[in-house]
Amino acid sequence: MKITTRFWISLVLSLPMLVEMIIHPFTGWMLPGGNWTMLAFTTVIMLISAGPFVSSAWSAFLKHHSNMDTLVALGTMITYLYSIYAMFTGRPVFFETAAFVITFVLLGQVLEAKMRSNASSAISKLVNLGAKEALVKRGTEFVKVPISQVVKGDLIQVLPGQKVPVDGRIVSGTSNIDESMVTGESMPVAKKAGDQVIGSTINQNGSFVIEAEKVGNDTMLAQIIEIVKKAQNSHAPIQKLTDKVANVFVPTVLIIAIITFLVWFVFLNKSVPTALNYAVSVMVIACPCALGLATPTALMVGTGLGAKKGILIKNGEILEAANNLTAIVFDKTGTITKGKPQVTDVIGNKLVVLQVAASLEKLSEHPLAPAILTAAQTENVEMKDVTDFKAIEGHGIKGIIDGKTVFVGKPEIDQYTVETKMSDAITKLQKEAKTVVIVAMDDKVIGLIAIQDAPKETAAKAISDLKAEGLKTVMLTGDNRQVADSVAKQVGIDQVIAEVLPIDKADEIKKLQHNYKVAFVGDGINDAPALTQADVGIAMGSGTDVAIDAGGIVLIKNDLEDVVRALKLSKKTFKRIKLNLFWAFIYNILGIPIATGLFAGIGFTLSPEIAGLAMAFSSLSVVISSVLLGKAKI
Amino acid sequence: MKVITLIVGIIAIAFIAWWFLGKHDASVEQAKVNSTNQTVNIQVKGGYSPEKVVLKKGVPATLNFKRLDSSSCLDHVIFSDLGINQELPKGQVEQVKIDTSKAGEYDWECSMNMFHGKVIVK
Repeated sequence: MKITTRFWISLVLSLPMLVEMIIHPFTGWMLPGGNWTMLAFTTVIMLISAGPFVSSAWSAFLKHHSNMDTLVALGTMITYLYSIYAMFTGRPVFFETAAFVITFVLLGQVLEAKMRSNASSAISKLVNLGAKEALVKRGTEFVKVPISQVVKGDLIQVLPGQKVPVDGRIVSGTSNIDESMVTGESMPVAKKAGDQVIGSTINQNGSFVIEAEKVGNDTMLAQIIEIVKKAQNSHAPIQKLTDKVANVFVPTVLIIAIITFLVWFVFLNKSVPTALNYAVSVMVIACPCALGLATPTALMVGTGLGAKKGILIKNGEILEAANNLTAIVFDKTGTITKGKPQVTDVIGNKLVVLQVAASLEKLSEHPLAPAILTAAQTENVEMKDVTDFKAIEGHGIKGIIDGKTVFVGKPEIDQYTVETKMSDAITKLQKEAKTVVIVAMDDKVIGLIAIQDAPKETAAKAISDLKAEGLKTVMLTGDNRQVADSVAKQVGIDQVIAEVLPIDKADEIKKLQHNYKVAFVGDGINDAPALTQADVGIAMGSGTDVAIDAGGIVLIKNDLEDVVRALKLSKKTFKRIKLNLFWAFIYNILGIPIATGLFAGIGFTLSPEIAGLAMAFSSLSVVISSVLLGKAKI
Repeated sequence: MKVITLIVGIIAIAFIAWWFLGKHDASVEQAKVNSTNQTVNIQVKGGYSPEKVVLKKGVPATLNFKRLDSSSCLDHVIFSDLGINQELPKGQVEQVKIDTSKAGEYDWECSMNMFHGKVIVK
């Protein structure tokens, strides 16, 4: 039978007894049939509503286990059976106690079940995000097929208002896509041919065709769901104490209840009903559920809330570690900076300088080449043919254009004549931490190009927010010191560790760990060892599988502010866990002694009914507290 | 009368301590293996029987949980290491697939972390 039905039966049959209890002292009214009616009602409650508690408790008992059902079943059975004995021996009965306790406990469980499904709603919301069908090209036409039949390489048409069915790349068409459900980014993103699209995001206005690249369990959404599922069911180290307590909790409470009875009956010479009342109160008020629910429900809500905003916290351990951080280390390129070097200044005849440089760089594989080519493209510079192209390792590249020897490379090469104006400009640009290349023609420097990987717009704000949280900020980079220092200054970073080879990044983190609890933020491309070494690895934006594996926290967007949000969320969730545990412990620590009648001397006692009510609401309050975390602003 | 009550009470305390807190063997079951898969039926009633399941590495495994207990404590089974949180509607057999590619021990628990079980893959 459903728990709700059991609750309603129990409530309806308890109400007459409750009415009698309240108005009897004033009017003398009694239930028709007196004790016999009470016996009948309570028996039905015990059989139907409480039966499952008893049978569960018995099967657990046979396996040497005990749980909350053990306490409820024993407490109410004792009251019920004693009342029957009392009835036939002409003593006062207290059937209503058993009935009320069962009603209250069931009420608590009904509400709690509702709240618990509320707390775990994040996953089902994510699962429901997925598209069910796709318009796939079969032969010459696009036909509707179920999503499970879409395979890699399929061409899929996406119409306005439709969900992008799988991860892929646009082959034709343009549109704006709302990606908020996956990335948390609220602004629609403009997409054109060649751009990546994410499955289950919503196409707003345009129509386009994509080639499916990832389907089924490989899609970003499927991976996110997998991470969130694991996170929501993970353990936090803080739980260890409650796990230990939970194992001995119920037997300990049973022993306390027996001692309570013995003390009141044997040593204090009270009547059997009085002693029994105290003992039953002890059994009923003790609530192992609140302890058991405190951590998992908060963890579930916290990680679910993060997922909604594109912040994936992998498990409870990471969440706890994120609370004790004292330093945060950033990779420079692509994390603090945009990761795409751009031409910032051109000195000399702009068009000629760019033309010579771009024509040469077109043949080069240097990392700075794309920046120069992009700049030349925006200026609509025409490319020249280059003959005798030669790369001079570590210096630059040279070739012949229109019969003239041209060179693009480092300014440290002194075989070219440099005008004072030019050399002053070099010094000035280098002071701004820009990378400067000279463009020379026939032994004379004709111009300079300055290139810089600019910091992200949100970097400075994010760094200052992290400093406000009391964290030391560090930047780790393979770049030279001057460039690194300048970027650090622009965004306000405390310490710079420059000229570090990618393979040494993890060692640098290890060194910092002697004095600090370190988080490392990187985009994951060659950061996996550092992400793993750090106490908390935060992988940003890239969505590469390596980063998702190595990072403890995965940020779907490439936004530094999300680092701040992720840490804030961890703190809030952890605080909530601690608060829940505090209440769950303090409730039992205070409740049990009161129930034993320890404070009876000052007139402070608990009847079993009130104990049952308190028990029901203690676990309910823990779950509600966790659900409320979902409303927190981050 | 009081002396008898006292003695009975003390015996009861000793019994509780021994029965619940003492060491007792948990029921163990080896999976039935055929060439393509292995299955174990687990009854959920006042805990899990068996409480310990031994699986063979590399053979896809299914645990069939059947809940016969109304306690809301047992309404979900959670494998926290494997990211599994399976609802167990009363009276229905729910399949839980276990990845046996790696040897190891994986604990499972009820939704309130009061009842436990363990899968051993070897």
